[in-house]
Amino acid sequence: MTVSERQASPGVVAGWGGISTLAVEHESEDLERVTRHVPLTRGLGRSYGDSSLPPPGEPVVAASPRADRLLAFDDETGDLTAEAGYSLYDLWDTFLPRGWFTPVSPGTQFVTLGGMVAADVHGKNHHREGSIGRHVQSLRIRVASGDIVTCSRQQEPDLFRATIGGMGLTGHILEVTLRLVRIPSPWIYGQTHRVSGIDEFIRVLHAARDEWPFTMGWIDCLAQGRALGRGVMFAGRWATPDEAPRRPPRRLPRPTVPVTCPSWVMGQTVARVFNACYYRLHPARPRPRIFHPEAFFYPLDAIRHWNRLYGRRGFTQYQCVLPESGGAALMHELLERMARFGAASFLCVIKDCGPQGEGILSFPMPGVLVALDLPMRDNTQQVVDSLNEFVAAAGGRIYLAKDALSRAEHFRAMEPRLAEFEAIRRRWDPEGRIRSAQSVRLFGDRP
Amino acid sequence: MNVVLLGATKGIGRAVARLLALRGDRLVLLGRDPEDLGRSAADLDVRAGRSVVAATVPCDLADPAGFEPALAAAAAALGRIDAVIVTAADFATQEALEADLERCRSLLTINFAHTVVFCEHARRFLLPHGGTLCVVSSVAGDRGRKPVVLYGASKAGLSAYLEGLDHRYRSAGLKVVCIKPGFVKTSMTAGLRPPPFAGEPAQVARDIVRAIDRGTPVVYTPWPWRFVMHVIRRLPRGVMRRVGF
Repeated sequence: MTVSERQASPGVVAGWGGISTLAVEHESEDLERVTRHVPLTRGLGRSYGDSSLPPPGEPVVAASPRADRLLAFDDETGDLTAEAGYSLYDLWDTFLPRGWFTPVSPGTQFVTLGGMVAADVHGKNHHREGSIGRHVQSLRIRVASGDIVTCSRQQEPDLFRATIGGMGLTGHILEVTLRLVRIPSPWIYGQTHRVSGIDEFIRVLHAARDEWPFTMGWIDCLAQGRALGRGVMFAGRWATPDEAPRRPPRRLPRPTVPVTCPSWVMGQTVARVFNACYYRLHPARPRPRIFHPEAFFYPLDAIRHWNRLYGRRGFTQYQCVLPESGGAALMHELLERMARFGAASFLCVIKDCGPQGEGILSFPMPGVLVALDLPMRDNTQQVVDSLNEFVAAAGGRIYLAKDALSRAEHFRAMEPRLAEFEAIRRRWDPEGRIRSAQSVRLFGDRP
Repeated sequence: MNVVLLGATKGIGRAVARLLALRGDRLVLLGRDPEDLGRSAADLDVRAGRSVVAATVPCDLADPAGFEPALAAAAAALGRIDAVIVTAADFATQEALEADLERCRSLLTINFAHTVVFCEHARRFLLPHGGTLCVVSSVAGDRGRKPVVLYGASKAGLSAYLEGLDHRYRSAGLKVVCIKPGFVKTSMTAGLRPPPFAGEPAQVARDIVRAIDRGTPVVYTPWPWRFVMHVIRRLPRGVMRRVGF
């Protein structure tokens, strides 16, 4: 059960980064009932910004996590049909021991199927498997009129494509049919090693593409000069039965951050020390070993409520993808801009992406993806503006599930696909009922 | 174990049914809405990886005429019934009940009179070969308190009935288990501010299954409520009158 992972108190709805609003949240096992007259449905609230917050003019939102029933599983094809509130955490318990797993996993298991589809989440295997949308077979959606529509690649394909990565703005996702994949064992065979700079990083990521289904890198974004972009490369695949330990992986302990910390905890000094230690913790040359799958896929889940480390003002994450054609030069520029603002923090992740998914607003595209956590400071808005100007000019785009501060004009400059999305959306929702705080900020929806 | 559950589609009942399904018990689900029962049956079968739900039978605590036929259908599907678990109940805030006496009458009837009648029917199915009757009451029944005067009264009556039933039939092979949850975060309590020691359905479900296996007559869950209620039961009336809980 993952409902306990949610932390807002009654009357307050918050994103993971700490942005909150006063709103009524309708929680029920009966998602069909509670989605009838609300502008938005949210899952476990792991989007960082205001994607899961209702619009200011209609502060009411349906919550899906109690709608967590499995409705069908076909152990020939792997097709799983479940209510939208079913979480990856639960999926792990039920399916990992049976040799099945989600084809695509984001960096946390505390996400619902509905949320995964709405954000069209990607994972460490994006270069191989694309984002989650590729593996979704069909969706059951309550659209703005109140009707319930089933859509897929054959049935209402426009609604299907708009809903994948559509941030819940096309309707309330009630049920998801997802094709799971067979895994040879529940353990990961992988390796880590240090990488000395950003150019090498991009080279290493590309070189690992064919050999490893799961890759990603962590960057020490406080390192300057020649060490700019140094970090640790992670690569892995599912272990074969011979390589894997005989016992099944047990759940790792998850200590909690009990209270909101003072803001120096995530300040530069602590970050510098942490980053230097973390960098040296990893071997210089790749040394293959067996990883616990929870530690490999969800390192941040090891600490409950880690977002409290960022203090009362919270944090945001800047996540963008830069097109392949720009090469390493774009990454240099991005990291240098970051450094100029002194905005760096612990977490900076880099990953190469494969082809764009079918979702009209799906985030990833071929190129290099960067995600960096930014503690909220007085200049965070400026940092985000500056990075957005750069990314828009470079032909990249941002990930809405992480965004809290972008301006509408920057978003529009990055999203030539918006017109197509809005046309489909208006067809299903002519009065513009379904919307979020984020869609008011970025899409120009009525508050 | 062959188990009949009334109220397994939601909240605590849903969590209990999942635990039983995972360990391989055979289940019959009783509940109001046939479609909802079907979805819960599918959920339990998929989670268990095989068919664990022998049947789903419509049964509404508001309609006592349906109790006996529903239990008979369950017994027919299972062969014999080893345990009956009742997690279904009505809930409303004190303010809502005071404002609408018809709503109040219906809550008192469902939570006390009809639940007792259901248990009386269940007793007849369980007694011949022995078995367990497990009913979710509430800590709200332990003491008359300002925020839960009416709901608490319905649960006080239920707890008293369950204790008497246990004394009367334990030697004949009927074990009666009275569960007293404190605040549990379910859709029933959604929108209320959770007090300290608020529990999760999964945690409460583990306590319930253990109590059934051991035949424990009274179980407070989550466990800190046992001590909380130990103190509250002993507070003088003068103190209770002044405090807000």
